[in-house]
Amino acid sequence: MTPITAAIVGPGNIGTDLLAKLRRSDVIDVRYMVGVVESDGLARARNQGIAASAEGVDWLLRQDPLPEIVFEATSAKAHITNAPRYAEAGIQAVDLTPAHLGPMVCPPVNLHDHIGAPNVSMITCGGQATIPMVHAVSRVTAVPYAEIVASVASRGAGPGTRANIDEFTQTTGAAVASVGGADRGKAIIILNPVEPPMIMRDTVFCMISPDADRDAITKSVHELVAEVQKYVPGYTLRADPQYDDPVASWNGFARVAIFLEVRGNGDYLPPYAGNLDIMTAAAARVGELMAIQKAGAHA
Amino acid sequence: MSRPYLRHDVRITDTTLRDGSHAMAHQFTEAQVRDTVRALDAAGVEVIEVTHGDGLGGSSFNYGFSHTDEMTLIAAAREEVVNAKIAVLLVPGIGTADDLRRARDAGADMVRVATHCTEADVSPQHFGVARELGMETVGFLMMAHRVGPEELARQARIMVDAGCQAPYVTDSAGALLMHEAKARFEALVAEVGDEAWVGYHGHQNLSLGVANSVLAYEAGVRYIDGSLCALGAGAGNSPTEVLAAVFGRLGVTTGLDILGLLAAADEVVHPYLTRWPKMDRNAIVQGWAGVYSSFLLHAERAAERYKVPAHEILARCGELGLVGGQEDMIIDVAIQLAGSGR
Repeated sequence: MTPITAAIVGPGNIGTDLLAKLRRSDVIDVRYMVGVVESDGLARARNQGIAASAEGVDWLLRQDPLPEIVFEATSAKAHITNAPRYAEAGIQAVDLTPAHLGPMVCPPVNLHDHIGAPNVSMITCGGQATIPMVHAVSRVTAVPYAEIVASVASRGAGPGTRANIDEFTQTTGAAVASVGGADRGKAIIILNPVEPPMIMRDTVFCMISPDADRDAITKSVHELVAEVQKYVPGYTLRADPQYDDPVASWNGFARVAIFLEVRGNGDYLPPYAGNLDIMTAAAARVGELMAIQKAGAHA
Repeated sequence: MSRPYLRHDVRITDTTLRDGSHAMAHQFTEAQVRDTVRALDAAGVEVIEVTHGDGLGGSSFNYGFSHTDEMTLIAAAREEVVNAKIAVLLVPGIGTADDLRRARDAGADMVRVATHCTEADVSPQHFGVARELGMETVGFLMMAHRVGPEELARQARIMVDAGCQAPYVTDSAGALLMHEAKARFEALVAEVGDEAWVGYHGHQNLSLGVANSVLAYEAGVRYIDGSLCALGAGAGNSPTEVLAAVFGRLGVTTGLDILGLLAAADEVVHPYLTRWPKMDRNAIVQGWAGVYSSFLLHAERAAERYKVPAHEILARCGELGLVGGQEDMIIDVAIQLAGSGR
């Protein structure tokens, strides 16, 4: 297929790492990198032969051809301003900011439901890491409650996350339920400054019936891990899922606990920052699947 | 935002009903909270903290589910007090500003926003909300042994600039030796000047909570934490009744009724203890290896489940540099130790 033209808006660390991933794609051709001030990120893109501008979305929308897909890695505020303009121009938007204007998507869980949506939200890093596991359990047995704990290296948590950490806990907790398939969800994030930096770790706890089919859950978990590994090779289980029989405070339910490590690919961001890598990798995956869909529609 | 007027030389905050929640596996009943609050208030304690051990929103698989919803307990505490203020703990990343609003509605007067000692820049969001709600503010710099005095003071500055009235040297692991504690007290007092008070929260893992409290006062620290019967994580906190006796002997005023506190410890708290925090092997390892005190019961449970010694799990947690809130990693460590053919 002819690669689909795309743009990245937001030439920071995330945008630069995303560019590195998309440069390897056969189905996406990133032609444009857009910022609002001259920056190292724009210079890095230019060095790779990409048209890069500090004149913002005004510049992007004057280009010919226009991109068919835009990846936004700016801020929620910027995306709220830009999103209607992309929509008007018929450009599909993959949103890595916390704006959450479109449906929340996690590639192996629900992207097929939203592959043609004008705007999709990449949820949060913790959501991308844990929702596949909640889904792996909830497609086998009812999950009345799911809880995730994301441990992130301090150096991998930027100023935006720090200024509004509630956005992470609330968005992730809600998406663990709505996308992951639990009745209720809760999310916890811990920043750890240990040196050398810790690789991202995530723990997923699901409340399940004491007589749920544990072998089927374990099998389902391994299948979803393999699905995520298609775009995050460093996504691994620390151990097989752990099952605990009911204790007094669990209201008669049992628990499955899933321990994950998310090692980044080290494209532009360091490998310990699996939290950032899984966002860019998932966004690249979403973009590629959208591009394949578009190519099919063009044919 | 200015620092509050002090009625006594030292302002004691009792955290039996918050840090003690760890030792009680978060199973406090409303009756226990009402009885304890009444006794503390009558004995002159100025601030009484009531929350899940891991702060607002802590009720979870990871930390343990509460027996009684913390908002119910906060409201009950509010009904019982005549003079004392009710404080709540909030750990950003676990609890949220919405939890804080609910706690305010339930009757909380003060919030203690807690971050790891190097991560104070996640707290301004919550200090901002606390100020909007008209609450008194305290900032916990947890695991204060993990950074030097200068960096700790820099982090305290971030909190004070965000509206914190009293940053704390929070010795979550009970690991600070006396000279280490003193250096941190002095650094924070120098940094905040008369913009804020400085606090100290101690644990007894190495038996230094009360001694460090005395050093704290001498260094200019004016907010000091304790718990009745030391009820708290690890080997427990500096016992409030001992702090009252020691400061009394020193002629440092606290407003506390020593005999009243001794009665509260002996007649109210002691009868409901499921475990009296003590310096046993596991708790001492926590102080020695610098492990978050709340890990204790979780490590004991994982030890039983995976047949590995709790003190080995805790020592490994120290080596890995785990921080407060990473209770899930205790299970992971136990699995790895169990599988390592040790």
